Amino acid sequence: MDLSEFLAVFFEECYEGLGVMESGLLQLDAGCTDAEAINTIFRAAHSIKGGSATFGLNEIPQFTHVLEALLDQMRDGRRAVTRDAIDLLLESVDCLREMVDGTKAGTELNAERIAAAQRRLENMLSTADSALEPITHPTIKEESPGDKSNLSCWQIFFRPHAHMLQSGNDPYRLFRELATLGHLQVEADLSSLPSCSEIEPETCYLAWNLWLEGELAREQILEIFQWVEGDCDLEVKKVEEHAGEPEAEVGSEVQGEGQAQTPIETSSSPIPNARGHKNERASAGQDTGSIRVSIEKIDVLINLVGELVITQSMLNRFGEDFEQPQVNELRDGLIQLTRNTRELQEAAMHIRMLPIGASFNRFPRLVRDLGNKLGKKVELSVSGENTELDKTVLEKIGDPLVHLVRNALDHGIEAPEVRKAAGKPETGLLQLCAYHQGGNIVIEVRDDGAGLNREKILRKAQEQGLLSANDTVGEEQVQNLIFQPGFSTAEKLSDISGRGVGMDVVRKNINDLGGHVQIRSEEGKGSTLTIRLPLTLAILEGQLVRVGTETYVVPLTSIVESLQVEPTRVSPIAQRIELYKLRDEYISIIRLAQAFHGHSHALDRGQLVVVEADNRRVGLSVDEMLGQQQVVIKSLETNFQQIKGVSGATILGDGRVALILDIPGLIQGCIDRSLTQIAA
Amino acid sequence: MTAKAHSNDVTMQAKAETHQYLTFLLAGEEYGVDILSVQEIRGCSSVTPIPTTPEYVLGVINLRGTVVPIVDLRKRFGLAAAQFGATTVFVVVRAIGLDRHRTMGMVVDAVLDVYNISPDEVKPAPDVGNALDHDFVTGLATVDDKMLILLDIDWVMNSSINEPLQTH
Repeated sequence: MDLSEFLAVFFEECYEGLGVMESGLLQLDAGCTDAEAINTIFRAAHSIKGGSATFGLNEIPQFTHVLEALLDQMRDGRRAVTRDAIDLLLESVDCLREMVDGTKAGTELNAERIAAAQRRLENMLSTADSALEPITHPTIKEESPGDKSNLSCWQIFFRPHAHMLQSGNDPYRLFRELATLGHLQVEADLSSLPSCSEIEPETCYLAWNLWLEGELAREQILEIFQWVEGDCDLEVKKVEEHAGEPEAEVGSEVQGEGQAQTPIETSSSPIPNARGHKNERASAGQDTGSIRVSIEKIDVLINLVGELVITQSMLNRFGEDFEQPQVNELRDGLIQLTRNTRELQEAAMHIRMLPIGASFNRFPRLVRDLGNKLGKKVELSVSGENTELDKTVLEKIGDPLVHLVRNALDHGIEAPEVRKAAGKPETGLLQLCAYHQGGNIVIEVRDDGAGLNREKILRKAQEQGLLSANDTVGEEQVQNLIFQPGFSTAEKLSDISGRGVGMDVVRKNINDLGGHVQIRSEEGKGSTLTIRLPLTLAILEGQLVRVGTETYVVPLTSIVESLQVEPTRVSPIAQRIELYKLRDEYISIIRLAQAFHGHSHALDRGQLVVVEADNRRVGLSVDEMLGQQQVVIKSLETNFQQIKGVSGATILGDGRVALILDIPGLIQGCIDRSLTQIAA
Repeated sequence: MTAKAHSNDVTMQAKAETHQYLTFLLAGEEYGVDILSVQEIRGCSSVTPIPTTPEYVLGVINLRGTVVPIVDLRKRFGLAAAQFGATTVFVVVRAIGLDRHRTMGMVVDAVLDVYNISPDEVKPAPDVGNALDHDFVTGLATVDDKMLILLDIDWVMNSSINEPLQTH
């Protein structure tokens, strides 16, 4: 039987569950008594356990069972929520995540680590907890009949005969009834399940082991199974209570309501139904009216919208040249088409967009762990989690963000004593915020730490030969030095930072996404890193330019201005590099005709397009400025290779291919060339 | 353009595996490629040149929404550039380049017939020293008394994709 499809869904849900557990644990404060919060974590653990048991993955349920037991104690108020417990549970979640990763990849699990973690959990479980507090329940307490110490634990073995389902009896219903009596745990026994081709849906192949805890008598259990007496094998055994577990507190017997819905779903359903049940549970858990769609379907849709944009611009071209009487209607129709297309395109783009909160939510854990490790007190404040961006960008921005946060914690925020001495509050503040601005999404990482130390940076730069002692360097340039490869002012390496391979990779990754990163810092006060990213990857607003006989596209967001060349403002250096005096600054000129085709032409017969990337400006010399339009980005690498200075291609309205210029790449190339030419 | 299938005249046991090859004319010589790698034959259209690519990469074209590079095999073999005439076409092939499938077009002077050739009939190219790079030839075959040079299309694909050259 091919379980792989169900397995894929299961793994996805495991990760979701682990995420729920982690964020739940992080929000749990020591001394917390909110049963519902603990319950959420418990439910997630329980689902993972049940699901993995269904698939016959043995290590995971075993491990999760112990985790569950601990959580169970907490939610019943039999154990107080302490920081140690939370830390241990968080570690166990990590361990569990590794196990899921390993199982999914088919690699061997780290048995030692698992055993060690499990032992620690079991240790904690067996130590009685003295400082207990009564917990509050959101639901109304039921009056408990009589004696509170009448808690009994029953083990039930239930195997329906093959035809039991045909008499209309549903094991699920039976279990639900059982759950109203007390706390129920169910485990399915799949040993008699034949292969999928042999299964008959109306035949029962499963057996179940159930554990029921509560104040109940054997008769109550037997009553529930009355209907199926004779159609099943039933064994009801009373189980000895665990030695060492403290007596139940006041709140613990109220289990009916909260529990009824939870434990049964995943573990008890026979495999053909597994998927349906899982989806049910998933949608019950997060009722946000959303749907899971495969990424390929979205990409198909986006490609189609892209083609539509091309067709529409083609028609627009025809529309412009028409001289017939019906041209007004045609023009109106085309305007309408343009509007429809643009709206459709925006809607399609938005499908791929997800809130950035998804990326931000790993940071509370990271900050907490890192703060502990470094001995620094840091408070994390996150805002703008609902700001949306494209899924691909979201995935790729994760690592750079992690690096920036780590830097802020390692280099930025000072140790509590240092902060106190400087008159700052002991706890440092790290702010992550995201918002939309123009056609971009802006992400800021702000800390109130020590800021960039200008002295140190200058010294390091001189050591590395990037600057000489006499260079005058502007504030911005100093700060940009940290983005150089191999640059680090850390005195010693740690596994967190100091190797100097971080910031340049961060900037490269951000540039690859079509964005830029800047830093603003004030010594002693703190630093702010600002990342700007475009909202969409597949379509960009472009300015068409003509160079010789070819048309190129310059991304509109990189254009600062365009102007007619005044020959008097052109000054060469060493006869090889040309500079243009643009108001108060000198910018380099890149003659595109020469760079791309090898011809040169008179500068003053064309235009200069001033473009900017990473705070650096360059003038591109072109023959003519053509129109502005939206272009669909087509990849050159799909069938060919990456070309320096070109970020992609597009298809114009006339069917021809036009190359899209890579502005940061061109500027960098220009700088590299200048450096080599000056040195030569 | 339609390709006609000829049956092979050379006597061969019917049970031997025969491959079909699309043949074309290039600078007066006949070349053949495995027909399974040929995606389509396309009339010439304007090619957008790409900077910093070798001379034999003429540029890219728009193939129903995909950007496909066009290679001039004459230049690749160090011959004079192709003159675009009435029969000049692009043969669009799909082959493995740098570990995955890619689509590429080749400029040929004219397309000829499709032949069935069995592996027995393919002879290795003689080693003539370094006059010409012989890696692109998988073998030679004789059809209708003419020599047919069988092209290794994966090699052509792979060697056309390089590390980007430096700008001048």
